[in-house]
Amino acid sequence: MHYTCQTEGQRLTVTLYGELDHHGAVSLRSELDRLIERERPRFFALCLSEVSFCDSSGLGLVMGRLKKCASVGASMVIREPSVAVEKILLLAGMDKLIKIERTERV
Amino acid sequence: MSSAVIEKKQKRKTDRELNSFKAVFPSRSANEGFARMLTASFVSQLDPTVSELADIKTAVSEAVTNCIVHAYPDSVGEITLSGKYYGDGQVVITVKDKGKGIENVKEAMQPLYTTDSGGERSGMGFTVMGAFCDRLRVSSRLGAGTSVTLTKKLSRGE
Repeated sequence: MHYTCQTEGQRLTVTLYGELDHHGAVSLRSELDRLIERERPRFFALCLSEVSFCDSSGLGLVMGRLKKCASVGASMVIREPSVAVEKILLLAGMDKLIKIERTERV
Repeated sequence: MSSAVIEKKQKRKTDRELNSFKAVFPSRSANEGFARMLTASFVSQLDPTVSELADIKTAVSEAVTNCIVHAYPDSVGEITLSGKYYGDGQVVITVKDKGKGIENVKEAMQPLYTTDSGGERSGMGFTVMGAFCDRLRVSSRLGAGTSVTLTKKLSRGE
């Protein structure tokens, strides 16, 4: 599991790559929190288009970052969830807690 | 002994057993991916759809993660993953540990239930297993371990 990040003005975008399970989430969560602390963005976008696998540990990671963002006054969105991610996000009702941005798929 | 079952289909016709496997590995988090890949390779022999394969991988990942996080919280223990498939396209995967066990399985299977306070567990593990399989059976004995059986019938392009 690795990630890239990009800052545009007040918006911090993090793109995750690989398999988002408990093994991948453990180290990632503290790294993302440090990044959010350092950048103090107004908007935090988590792009999940390149995540090939996600289980409930991935849901935990997303929920944890939502709390982190709330604690620093940032608003968070999920961008472009892959098919694998979207199914579990919807099963858990995450679309009611967090905005999911998608560009239209053809 | 505490156990519970989530079952969606009444019918449980079990055809002839065609193949099986068994693997034993330590409860290290790197083995979550290993367990998924092993199960996926085995189930691939039945030519599942992409979605069926993803569902089984996710359910196995949840069960193995539970062993690592909850069964053996402060130590490394043994996880046994085994699988079978039958002539009618039914796949049965079992994940067993010899860890601390679950006091009340029914309670543990409630959505959002978690014993974990600071570790960012979503409490959705059993819910995901139940949703992504046709049948989920969990039996546990305190101090002796837990066994999770996942059953899924593949459509096999019929």
